[in-house]
Amino acid sequence: MPALPLDEAGKYVAGAYVVFLALIVVYVAIIAAKVARIDRELTRLAEEDE
Amino acid sequence: MYSKGLIPLAVATVVAMGTAMALIFFYAPLDADQGFVQKIFYVHVPMAIVALCGFVAGGIMAIKHLRTGDRSWDLRSYVAIHLSIILGVGVLVTGAIWAKASWGHWWVWDEPVLVSFLVVFLLYCVYYPLRFAIEDPERQARYSSVFAIAAGAFVPLNFMAVRLAEAYTHPRVLSQTGGSLPGDMRLTFLVALAAMALLFVTLWKLELTAKHASLQLKKLRRRLDARVAA
Repeated sequence: MPALPLDEAGKYVAGAYVVFLALIVVYVAIIAAKVARIDRELTRLAEEDE
Repeated sequence: MYSKGLIPLAVATVVAMGTAMALIFFYAPLDADQGFVQKIFYVHVPMAIVALCGFVAGGIMAIKHLRTGDRSWDLRSYVAIHLSIILGVGVLVTGAIWAKASWGHWWVWDEPVLVSFLVVFLLYCVYYPLRFAIEDPERQARYSSVFAIAAGAFVPLNFMAVRLAEAYTHPRVLSQTGGSLPGDMRLTFLVALAAMALLFVTLWKLELTAKHASLQLKKLRRRLDARVAA
């Protein structure tokens, strides 16, 4: 198959890099949400202990 | 415990990723055969290599767990496998995009590299139901480690089998004798690979830190509940 012209190839390349970026962003967001939950829970426990 | 060195590692990862992206789009020449589409190679292949190494690393950590009985090694193994599966999703999707752009099909079943990676990926997808179907934490860790070791040993075997079927596989771009990558493309690829490896280690430490904090919190809650009950 001949090489795709730049405008058409650009869509595929952008798609691949967006998939990679989206995976990392979603993963980090999930971990950040977990850490925020732990932080809230710690605050609640500290208040209960006082 | 696990968060030690996380910030410098994250900074190094961001710098390495930025350098890799700059090299990919502003330094590496366009491929004479595939043109601009070949830029997918710099994200797809490092992701595949790091994911496969992550699976093997998960197996090695599982060996450490079985030898020492220290459950923290099981946690490390679990996080390595979990991250490798996430990267595996990326490998399959970016591979399909590259295949569509290069060959006109999203998936080609008679391509040993593609199918062998899918087999490895599906094998590791079994890890989750196996692990979380066992309630007893000791047994869960032990069974998961045995699986991680067996599957981890399968990864290099699978890789070798694909290499032996060389006549039917992708053109080889990296080998001990130099492969077919020109110098500037090779440099870009190696930087992209290093950046991906750094990203893996950073995310691995990040998830371990979160998991460790969650476990510590559970222990603390139990201790407080016991104190209140007394």
